[in-house]
Formats: sequence, structure tokens, C-alpha cells
Amino acid sequence: MLQEAIFAGFGGQGVLSMGMILAYAGMIEKKQVCWMPSYGPEMRGGTANAVTIVSDNMISSPIISRYDTVVALNQPSVEKFESRVKPGGNIIYDSTNILIPPTRTDINIYAVPGSEEAVKLKNIKVLNLIMLGAMIKATNAVNTETVPKALEQVLPERYHKLIPLNMEAFKVGMSYVK
Amino acid sequence: MGDLKLMKGNEALAEAMIRAGCDAYFGYPITPQSEVLEYLARESEQRTGMLAFQAESEVAAINMIYGAAGCGRRVMTTSSSPGMSLMQEGLSYIASAELPCLLANVVRGGPGLGTIQPSQADYFQSVKGGGHGDYKLIVLAPSTVQEMVDFVKLGFELAEKYRNPAMILTDGAVGQMMEPVELFDQMPRRTVFPEWATTGKKPGQERRYITSLHIQSEKMEEINHRLQAKYKKMEENEVRYVEMNTEDADYIFTGFGLGARICMKAMQMARENGFKVGLVRPITLFPFPTKVYNDLGARVKGILDVEMNAGQMVEDVRLSVNGQTKVEFYGRMGGVIPSPEEIYEHFIKTFIEGGKK
Repeated sequence: MLQEAIFAGFGGQGVLSMGMILAYAGMIEKKQVCWMPSYGPEMRGGTANAVTIVSDNMISSPIISRYDTVVALNQPSVEKFESRVKPGGNIIYDSTNILIPPTRTDINIYAVPGSEEAVKLKNIKVLNLIMLGAMIKATNAVNTETVPKALEQVLPERYHKLIPLNMEAFKVGMSYVK
Repeated sequence: MGDLKLMKGNEALAEAMIRAGCDAYFGYPITPQSEVLEYLARESEQRTGMLAFQAESEVAAINMIYGAAGCGRRVMTTSSSPGMSLMQEGLSYIASAELPCLLANVVRGGPGLGTIQPSQADYFQSVKGGGHGDYKLIVLAPSTVQEMVDFVKLGFELAEKYRNPAMILTDGAVGQMMEPVELFDQMPRRTVFPEWATTGKKPGQERRYITSLHIQSEKMEEINHRLQAKYKKMEENEVRYVEMNTEDADYIFTGFGLGARICMKAMQMARENGFKVGLVRPITLFPFPTKVYNDLGARVKGILDVEMNAGQMVEDVRLSVNGQTKVEFYGRMGGVIPSPEEIYEHFIKTFIEGGKK
């Protein structure tokens, strides 16, 4: 198994932590993982992204230009990364925010109204967990049972009380991938 | 040992420093390695009493390293390219005075103030002596976060073994990325210091004196001879590198640090397409693994050297190969990272299609 994914959106939408949760979950499952954030000027206002690789074998390059999966939380991310999805790969996008959807026919496209569902859960910050739920359901990159354990490691202890809400959001996201 | 922890490269440097029983860190913040000082400021003093000190500039930091190393303390500093340039004068003094210390350069794109994106353009500065005079650093090039940890320990060991400054030459991407690491156990800070350390003269003890100033040229030449003999010993004993798939290889990809990992993926692509490509990754940039390139040069059809610069290590590769085979270069500059696809395409263009002509 090799999953080369990129999570992309505006800074502040939780794209970096989305990738980090996946990386922790992979590490807990004794897989090889690598998490590479964009740390350039784009973090200050533009599109932020994090490449996350989960693999059964040693990971070669952390720098990749073609992805198995793109998770897009804003329009610029769809425009930038849709063409870089490997044929047969996935694009999962927040259909509340992204009004011009991806158009390729050789990849799997999942429209997840993440922002709308996050509002229903009364916490816009869980948008990233909704999208991650859809991503993990679509790719089986890690087991869903590992995700709460990963959250325990990513979130500071004072936020551990939010793990049940985050898992609720995660399940909402999963429900959009059949 | 045992537990895996997901860490950023820069945090791994800091954690390894504490665990290696480092006595003090002197540095000045600069992107993309500011996490080192931030991490130490939170952790070091309460855990081992290790001092983490923000100097007023990189020039001050390297001279604090000089002073503390002279007192026999285990000391380290980190910076990124423009900051490392400021440290070169002090580094030359430290090398001349034969003091052990460890530096890490988390390289960013240059020249000048440049960019904050990753680069490998400080190879010449690190390997060929960025400061004045005939001196060498021991230079280690990590390509994973695990090696960031391992090379802090190794760097201190080699620096102390040879009484010579050692450097970890890495880049912004390795500094910023997270990978699982296995940490070594906490080592105690030293309580007994080397016999040359200037720790205060006791009654009846011989006077110890550390300097890089020797007015008499004969004396200075004698010191140069001693330094050169030491560098030769390093070349004999401390060369480290990794070879992959070289046994049956027709072609070799080579690079250091992050560049080597990108090459590894390009090598896999080449193998999938039926080309027998191997990989050589130097771990020590000085001493350079000359022999492996010379041996491979005698039997492969070509070597492709890939770096995030205009072509620096490739000069050492060509010197090692000594004309026995074709050595080509592919690089990106100014903070741009080459993709595995670009490297593979360049290989096809220069060696496969070009070879048919």
C-alpha cells in the first residue's frame, strides 16, 4: 500500500493538521509515514498544503508532483491540484465552498458539503475532520479505529474533550463516500 | 529506545541535542530553522540544565561557541544560509584552534537574503571551507528526520574524536517535514572535561592556552601540517555512504540529503521502465566517498548527479570518477525542488535518447 496525498486549502482551515492526523494514524499502525508542509509565503494568506505519504514500504521522495488523493478545501486548490491527480485517483472537495467542481472523468470525485455539515455540528473547526473522514473512507489509507488514537497525539491534552465531536464529524464525512 | 515519535526535522535536532548531553546552544533565529531554539527554550533547561541562549547575532553566537568549546563544553549552534555566512570567520578560528563543536545549516535558497525555501547551495561553503585558510569541517548530510537525530550524536562523537568542528548540512524541507523517529536514551552531561580545556588554572597545573594566532610562520605551518594530517585520517577512517541497487547497475543516480531521496524515486521509475539504475548517497560530504565513485565509474555507462543548486557536489563526483564515464548534472536553484519525474525525464533525454546518437 502506498498513499500519496495532499491536503490543501486556506491557512487556518486545518489542512496541516488534517495531514498530521493521517500521519500519526499511519505511524500508530506501524506504517512508514512522511508529512511535508508548505511553509513558504503561501502560508501567509494564500493556499497552504501538506503532503502526507503513508506506505507499507520505505518512503523514497517526500517531494511528489502527482497525487493519489487531493483533499481540497478551497477553489484555488482544485484549480492547482486537479490536473496532478494520478489516473484512477481521488479528489475530495468541500462542495459548500467550492462552486466550480472538478471535471476530470478518469478519477473519482467526491463532493462533500463539509462546511455546511460543520455548521450543523455547531463548530466550523471540525471541517477538516469531516473531509478526513471522507478521505480515509475513500482510500483505506489507515483504519478508522486508529483515528481517535491519532487525535490524542495531535491535540494538546486540554482539547481532548473535543475528540468525541471530532469523531462525530469524521463519521459524517465517511457517510459521503459510498 | 523503542518508541516512535513523529517529529519535525528541526525539533528532532533540538531533542537529539538535549539527549546527547549537550551543555549549551547559542543561536539566532532564522527561517527555516527557528523551531530549534523555540524547542530548546521550552525543554532544555528544565530537563538537563542545558543552556539555550539567543545571542544578539550569528557573529556573537559562533564566538560564544568558540568560548564554550574552549572550556571543553559540548556545544552546538544552528542557522540557515545567510546566518551561516556570518559565522564563517568564527568557524575558521575554531577549526584553527582545534575545538570540537557541532553546527547545523538548514539551508535555504540564495545567494543573498534569497528565499526561505529549501536549497543545497551551501555545499561549497560547508565542504570547501567557507571561511579563510586551509581547514575542513566534518560534514554530514541527513536525508531523513531519523538521520537528523542520529547525526547529532555522530556529529558530537566525530567532533570530539578529532577535535574538529562538525556540521550537519541539511535543508529547509528536511527541517520542516515530520517523520517517525526512534530517539536514543538520554546521555549524561559531562562532569570531567578534556585535558586541553581552559577551565581555570589550578595550583601546580600547567598553563593551557587556546588560540588561532601564531605570529611565526614556521609555527603556523607546523599547525597546518597537523591539521592536514588530521584531515587525511578522517578521509581514511570516516567515509560513510549508502549504495542502493548498484550491483547490476548500468547507470547511477547520485545526490545528497533530500536530493538523494528524490533520486531514489526517480531510480524506482527507471527500474519500472526496464533501466538498471542504482543510487549512491554520500553521508559524509567531507570526507567524500571518492572510492565508490571511482570504482563505479570504471564499470557504469553514466552517472547523473542531482542537486538543489547549480552543480556543486558534481565537481567532487567528477574528480572521483576521473573521466572514466560520463557524469551529467541536473539541478534546480533558488529554493525550487526537482521532482522525481523531472529527474527521470532528464535521465532519458541525456543517457538513453542522447546515447543513441
